[in-house]
Amino acid sequence: MAETTGTATPDMVADGGEDGVRRRDFINIAAVGAAGVGGVAVLLPLISQMAPSADVLAESSTEVDVSAIEPGQAIKAVFRKQPLFVKRLTPAEIEAANATPTGSLRDAESLADRTKAGHEDILVTMGVCTHLGCVPLGAAEGELKGEYGGYFCPCHGSHYDTAGRIRKGPAPTNLEVPEYEFLSDTVIQVG
Amino acid sequence: MSFAWAREYEPKTGLTKWLDEKLPLPRLVYNAVGAGYPVPRNLNYMWNFGVLAGFFLVLQIITGVILAMHYAANAEVAFATTEHIMRDVNWGWVMRYAHANGASFFFVVIYLHIFRGLFYSSYKAPREMIWLLGVVIFLLMMATAFMGYVLPWGQMSFWGAKVITGLFGAIPLVGEPLQIWLLGGYAPDNAALNRFFSLHFLLPFVIAGVVILHIWALHIPGSSNPTGVEVKSESDTVPFHPYYTAKDGFGLGLILIIFSIFVFYMPNALGHPDNYIEANPLSTPALIVPEWYFYPFYAILRAFTMDFILPAKLWGVIAMFSSILLWFFLPWLDRSPVRSGHYRPMFRKFFWFGLIPCMALLFYLGGRPAEEPYVMLSQLATAYYFLHFLVILPIISMVERPEPLHYSITEAVLGSDKKAVLGENAEPAV
Repeated sequence: MAETTGTATPDMVADGGEDGVRRRDFINIAAVGAAGVGGVAVLLPLISQMAPSADVLAESSTEVDVSAIEPGQAIKAVFRKQPLFVKRLTPAEIEAANATPTGSLRDAESLADRTKAGHEDILVTMGVCTHLGCVPLGAAEGELKGEYGGYFCPCHGSHYDTAGRIRKGPAPTNLEVPEYEFLSDTVIQVG
Repeated sequence: MSFAWAREYEPKTGLTKWLDEKLPLPRLVYNAVGAGYPVPRNLNYMWNFGVLAGFFLVLQIITGVILAMHYAANAEVAFATTEHIMRDVNWGWVMRYAHANGASFFFVVIYLHIFRGLFYSSYKAPREMIWLLGVVIFLLMMATAFMGYVLPWGQMSFWGAKVITGLFGAIPLVGEPLQIWLLGGYAPDNAALNRFFSLHFLLPFVIAGVVILHIWALHIPGSSNPTGVEVKSESDTVPFHPYYTAKDGFGLGLILIIFSIFVFYMPNALGHPDNYIEANPLSTPALIVPEWYFYPFYAILRAFTMDFILPAKLWGVIAMFSSILLWFFLPWLDRSPVRSGHYRPMFRKFFWFGLIPCMALLFYLGGRPAEEPYVMLSQLATAYYFLHFLVILPIISMVERPEPLHYSITEAVLGSDKKAVLGENAEPAV
């Protein structure tokens, strides 16, 4: 019969280091680690299912005909389910925009930075206030244009100038100019 | 827990005796809200609002489940199915108006419940956990009410969704991806409406779960009371049933009369007419405001108009969230050992002439346009709000000299009747 009683001493325990870490402690760490990785792997799909789905991501670009827009008028188009302002500036509005020193702006950009060469009178911006995302007023006829003759956001009182640049209120940046190009003199492609 | 003199539950019939050995549910109810739960005898009508909040939670769940039987969470038809409920579904109009006005009444009673706690310092030891769970419930309520308001897919629904998810967009680095994740797109659309419906259904049950913890935590020390003096003897308490079931029932009757006046005679008084216009992603209404119960926090959000280290937009978001999150620290900001505002002369002045007018002003300003003088007034009120909780309250709790406390609840109620106070003419307990 084998000896089954006796006192275990530290050197009898495999790998029983002086700090008391045993090889079997690793089993514990490995098991909890594997369960943790499994848990994260389950969590990721549960979270990422809320991110934009394939049909939302598969959004194409938009073409806008700008020929019918008279100076001083703006139209609203839809780009990625959000409003897009396309505005033809009057000479006075261009002059007002250029008269403002860019150094004095919260988000320094000149009108030329925000329009395409040769088409300085066509201002294309997202109609999305950079504060919390409302549509600023000023595109449609008879709407408030704010203190700087451009756009005015009714939600929290942001004022944009004739070049769509933030001048006053809580919005941090100018109205975003999306990527676009002139396909011809009268048609732009956005996106 | 209960006091030593709490009546013992005694099952009488064969069925209740049998049940008491297997699953003592009747015993639980008896000890929680029945005669087995002694409660301070001096609770005033401000102690009604917990039960009333519970009632409105149940009302919202019942009417909500019913409305979900007839509503479709799809941007094409959401507005139309809401009108279908109003016109075609049997009693649909009353269900919808009860649910919409029920949310307002839920917030009315919750605000009174909270301000009761603030005046009588119901958040102080040993009741911190009740207070913390209450703040969690309040946050959940706000999230639930927000998502519910989106569902009819009117103009206010759409633009509210855009602005509120936009708040998360203000967070540096992760903000924009977070907002797109919340919406499931770049602007509120079907994806957002669908998930808001799902979560609006889920959260009330989470609230109900936290309410159970809230009540559990309350029953360990028992209710606070207007004197803030803890219960000392049996003469300080009466059994919950029938004394407070009757009083709460009376309060419930009163508020249901007021609620009925709103539902039947002025169902749209608390709503915004623009939500009767279908959502238009291309046009924001001239004055968009949230529901009235979000006004104070909306006013705080809009009070920040200047960049200072961080952008103004982020400051507004931080301030709005911290205006509620700071309530989590309230039990440790107010260090005064005296609970009730009745015995705290300085606290009382700052409560009635500081915090209350400040909150009233914030309520008013949140519904006004973001123009002068409203912006400037919002800035002043916001400054006072934070000053009150973070500076004034800690200081007065250290320097104030409270008025003498009553010896016991019974003394506070019966005054100089020495015999009654000392319990000399109390019947000996059998």
